[in-house]
Amino acid sequence: MSDQILPNPSVGGAVARRRLPRWVEPSILPGFPLAMGITLAYLGLIVILPLTALAIRPLELGLSGIWQALTEDRVAAALKLSFGLSAIAALVNAPLGLLLAWTLTRYEFPGRRILDALVDLPFALPTAVAGIALTTIYAPNGPLGELFAKVGIKTAYSPLGIFIALLFIGLPFVVRAIQPVLQDIDREVEEAAQTLGANSLQRAVFVVLPAIAPSLISGVSLAFARAVGEYGSVVFIAGNMPMKTEIAPLLIVIKLEQYDYAGAAAVGLAMVGISFGALIVINAVQIFLAGRGRR
Amino acid sequence: MTAAANVSTSSKARLPGLAILLVLASVAVMGVLVLFPLFIVFKEAFAKGLPTYLAAIREPDALAAIRLTLLVAAIAVPLNAVFGVAAAWCIAKFEFRGKSFLLTLIDLPFSISPVVSGLVWVLLFGAQGWFGTWLIEHDVKIIFATTGLVLATILVTFPFVARELIPLMQDQGSDEEAAALTLGAGGFTTFWKITIPNIKWALLYGVLLCNARAMGEFGAVSVVSGHIRGLTTTLPLHVEVLYNDYDFVGAFAAASLLASLGLVTLVLKTALEWRHSGELSASRRH
Repeated sequence: MSDQILPNPSVGGAVARRRLPRWVEPSILPGFPLAMGITLAYLGLIVILPLTALAIRPLELGLSGIWQALTEDRVAAALKLSFGLSAIAALVNAPLGLLLAWTLTRYEFPGRRILDALVDLPFALPTAVAGIALTTIYAPNGPLGELFAKVGIKTAYSPLGIFIALLFIGLPFVVRAIQPVLQDIDREVEEAAQTLGANSLQRAVFVVLPAIAPSLISGVSLAFARAVGEYGSVVFIAGNMPMKTEIAPLLIVIKLEQYDYAGAAAVGLAMVGISFGALIVINAVQIFLAGRGRR
Repeated sequence: MTAAANVSTSSKARLPGLAILLVLASVAVMGVLVLFPLFIVFKEAFAKGLPTYLAAIREPDALAAIRLTLLVAAIAVPLNAVFGVAAAWCIAKFEFRGKSFLLTLIDLPFSISPVVSGLVWVLLFGAQGWFGTWLIEHDVKIIFATTGLVLATILVTFPFVARELIPLMQDQGSDEEAAALTLGAGGFTTFWKITIPNIKWALLYGVLLCNARAMGEFGAVSVVSGHIRGLTTTLPLHVEVLYNDYDFVGAFAAASLLASLGLVTLVLKTALEWRHSGELSASRRH
């Protein structure tokens, strides 16, 4: 049966077609077995084997044990804090990212290209560096923390501090997701709306926003996913008080220090699972929006 | 001038106040949220003057941390680069079943928390890990040793090079390679003389990002390191140890080195985007 699908070897031309496994289409290019061998071996050792351990180790606790480990007060509080604050920070990053992407693509001003390049700074700055810098700024005696303290708001060592760190880390995701779309938007459509009497706010809300909505959502969800797992930039500013400002990744570290491997793996697996679930929901919303836009 | 250009200039002219307001707001957001932390790093590092700064960097533990960071990156980055080229070669130049699944697996490490990327190695090689007893019997140390740091770093930076190369090589197709092969060039010659020159800037771009992340990684290595000063502390972990000891000048001095690495990476990355935009993946073109 498969013989009919494979082309006749004699039509290979000057270079003989190489023998490849059945699941690969014939090609005159060499190196597939070697390259695929390297890819699969490396992927297997570095990604698949370790993640299999993550999936299997929690089972030592049994299913009810996993449930108990995850619903334990301290774990549940940490998961709630991590996912809740990550969602809020990602949502707040939406207007901030929109603002930056809009000014960077729509206006010409001195220093625009530098500002554009600096948007990636939270990517480029190692997380521990960002962590101690943010903590110094927002500590009660820090330059901004002092201002907040005067009006009675505690920033560092409180959920607000964690929120600020997550805002910092997520901003580039949103800007970089919207920017290319905003650049490629057909200006004629906006101009048509203008000719038809739409004012600038109407144009922004009814013409531009629907066009960038899918990429805005994907930027926000990337920021969310990054924030959930973020450790270095948060752990310093969080204060790490159990039940109050303890994030889920830190709980994994603590459980490992107590040699509770299965418990640590259970929390890790839950984080991966909840993130994936959230991303699937976001993906579905995106497909729905994209489909509605086409109609 | 065309009518369209007139419309857009008139719309710009009509709202000069709003434009200025939005630009100022953007600069303010970037200034407070992003640039201020960078400024603080250098301010705190030099808070007690240059001699104290230099002394903090020349301290034996700091030098050991720098050496370890360079060593870990020197192992992790080339391995991921070779993998990236191999994976991109399969995915961009060949059609096979299960390709999109393979792509998903390659991207997977990006969606995992760094702490989990460290945790998985402990689950395998830690004292109570799957291979823990065997390792202890044969006196091999992986966790709390350089090998563990390398493994964690590799996992975290796994997709960087592959991700830059795959879209670019898919765009380029394989016509040039096919032509070279038809004209009688060998497989290796074709790869070296046709493919590598075509992807060199994207490869450099990927290596640059991979290296920056490898040297700056904190969460994953923190789990497998054990924080043994001068032995298993990379530069970011050294920052943490000093900070927790209230040695702020030392912590920020080490942090300033990492921040400089980040800035250099940013400059090189931006230069590549401006100069060789045509030879990078479509998403990187400005």
